[in-house]
Amino acid sequence: MSGENTPKTETTTSTSNDVFRRIVSGSGMVSLLAVVLSMILGGVLIALTNDRVEETASYFFTRPTDMLGAAWDAASSAYIALFQGAVFNWDAKSTAQMFRPFTETLTVATPLILAGLGVALAFRAGLFNIGAQGQIILGATFAGWVGFTLDLPVGLHLLVAIVAGFIGGALWAGIAGVLKARTGAHEVIVTIMLNYIAINLVAYLLFTPAFQNPGSANPISPPIKDSAVFPLLLGSGFRLHLGFLIAVAATLAIWWLLNRSTIGFELRAVGANPNAARTAGISVSKGYIVVMLIAGGLAGLAGVAQISGTERVLTGGIAASFGFDAITVALLGRSHPWGVFFAGLLFGAFRAGGVQMQTQTGTPIDIVLVVQSLIVLFIAAPPLVKAVFRIDVKKKRATSPTALTGGAA
Amino acid sequence: MKNSPRTIKRGKGAATALLAASALLLSACGAPPAEDAEQDKSANSDYTGCIVSDSGGFDDNSFNESSYEGIQAAEEDLGIDVKQAESAAETDFGPNVNSMVTAGCDLIVTVGFLLSATTKEAATANPDTNFAIVDDNKIDLPNVKPIIYDTAQAAFMAGYLAAGTTETGKVATYGGIQIPTVTIFMDGFADGVEYYNEQKGEDVQLLGWNKEAQTGTFIGDFENTSKGKTNTKNFVNEGADIIMPVAGPVGDGTMDAVEEVNADGKDVKVIWVDSDGYLKVPTGKEFILTSVMKLMGEAVEEVITSDVEGNFSNEPYVGTLDNGGVALAPFHDMEDAVSDEMKSELDQIKADIISGEIAVESEASPK
Repeated sequence: MSGENTPKTETTTSTSNDVFRRIVSGSGMVSLLAVVLSMILGGVLIALTNDRVEETASYFFTRPTDMLGAAWDAASSAYIALFQGAVFNWDAKSTAQMFRPFTETLTVATPLILAGLGVALAFRAGLFNIGAQGQIILGATFAGWVGFTLDLPVGLHLLVAIVAGFIGGALWAGIAGVLKARTGAHEVIVTIMLNYIAINLVAYLLFTPAFQNPGSANPISPPIKDSAVFPLLLGSGFRLHLGFLIAVAATLAIWWLLNRSTIGFELRAVGANPNAARTAGISVSKGYIVVMLIAGGLAGLAGVAQISGTERVLTGGIAASFGFDAITVALLGRSHPWGVFFAGLLFGAFRAGGVQMQTQTGTPIDIVLVVQSLIVLFIAAPPLVKAVFRIDVKKKRATSPTALTGGAA
Repeated sequence: MKNSPRTIKRGKGAATALLAASALLLSACGAPPAEDAEQDKSANSDYTGCIVSDSGGFDDNSFNESSYEGIQAAEEDLGIDVKQAESAAETDFGPNVNSMVTAGCDLIVTVGFLLSATTKEAATANPDTNFAIVDDNKIDLPNVKPIIYDTAQAAFMAGYLAAGTTETGKVATYGGIQIPTVTIFMDGFADGVEYYNEQKGEDVQLLGWNKEAQTGTFIGDFENTSKGKTNTKNFVNEGADIIMPVAGPVGDGTMDAVEEVNADGKDVKVIWVDSDGYLKVPTGKEFILTSVMKLMGEAVEEVITSDVEGNFSNEPYVGTLDNGGVALAPFHDMEDAVSDEMKSELDQIKADIISGEIAVESEASPK
């Protein structure tokens, strides 16, 4: 009905939509190869920036083994440390400490999965939701305020905080959804701008007494009350909290929503071809608003996972870069709920392992960011990856129709 | 048509590759070092000192960097082992500190009040590991040593100097974010200007900060250099000729602005903060009157040294004019711009602040 004021923009963007859809729903093989290729290039970078390699390079032709050995040592020790920090540390003193890295990966993956699901869901409806960062911040702010201001019984308090976080994120993304549906304002621009507003809004709030520790002028909120904290799943030695189970449940729910529910069907129809969807009697504008509300709510839950799970206090950096990493996670997971789940785990492992890599081998943590960015680059350019690994493009093309419908379905 | 640019490109690429290869060849012909280059480690190599930055990173030209220099100095002077972890975001604090604990650090220096909660938690859980936290005094644990600064003392001297040096009768300051570690500079500066007015019966005005109301000009972050530049130009247009930016890297924007207006015939000077700006800024050092220094490197090294010797205490280290933790930097190029009379007055003020004759008070002062 009100969607009728937007068809003009839809037809002009149909070609870019095509490219967009190919990027967000590429083949799983490309994702996997992109990761492998990025890791190799990351290794080369680690070797190149290593002091010892630089030293030995000066006499490469007199004794080349020195440099090659040093390069291999630098890259392999960095990746071994990454693995030890992310999955299993065989050097640890106790069994619990050996398994701690994996729980750490799950912990870090929690907000990534939740926010990644939000981004992926919007992708499926044809919306490029760049605003996960702002939605996480709003979710954390709402949940945080509930957490440190209200006095509620155990159980109920946490529940209210979770709901508040969901609403916070949903409201923020809903603004973009409504503007898109009613006025055709492009969601990329609106969500990016809303990110800035969210960042500055929380910075402002942290200077108001309602959000500050009593007796302190530092921009940190008081810690949230114990009743609003996610219970730890494995005891006090580990940071893994209930939020991870919520992330698993959310993955299941989004899978169900997309593949088994009427709303999901409508959303996918809108994403596949808004014009056809409109002709078929599906309200495109309603679809945009609904999908942004749910997407924002998921990102808001990521904010809850941050404040109730690991951070406990609200600061300007509560969302870290999770909102932007979530976009990569959604791309890598090909906008499929379980794909997002495993991509989230992988990025969680990178982040968790990066810490160990930094302390153990002195490799700058930025290398993790480089690897992540390379992954995006390769996913955005599938022909490049295929060329590097000499995958037969023709053979792929023969099977691509099914792959395409699979991606769109 | 389509081919021609491509061939040119390829030709260029080949040439570049050839150049690079020959450069590599030339540089790669050096002689390898002798096999037994391994040096004997000194006595303290079994001691590990560690440092975790806040999100500014160790290249922030400010307190992360100075603290890092301190731990590097300790590595050099004491022969200890050093591990460092940079935090890209606040969510990295917990994992970084924890990984330091598991890496077997003897002392972990955490930089910045943002790490307060993390440090407290880690210190409570690991009573055998010692901690030192820069710019925070909220933790009271036997294994945590706060490193804090009464910066207002040195800033007071800078304020007096500025008031005595200005020719327009107006000086200015602005901050990055309104937090205690920033406003303490501005409070001291304001007091110094006021003290000069009282002593000399002058009426030098301070722009950008009102100590009573605790309101003033702030950038809102520590990154927006262009806003620092605009702010500085505004101050100059309002008639100020000495500016003190308390905003970390944003101070570079002030340097930019001052270089521009001075090229147009003005005579504006800058008072740098945290470290000796004369040695730090890339250009325009000749316009730096002095700097209000927090000598964090020295403090960090001192704390590590006493821990290596087994004399760790949780007594806060408070940098003051007395112990040299805060100081006014040398005038360098401005040596002649400051009268001998002013220099002796500054010495007197320093002595008076140390003896307590002059009380420098700031809400942000360490208690």
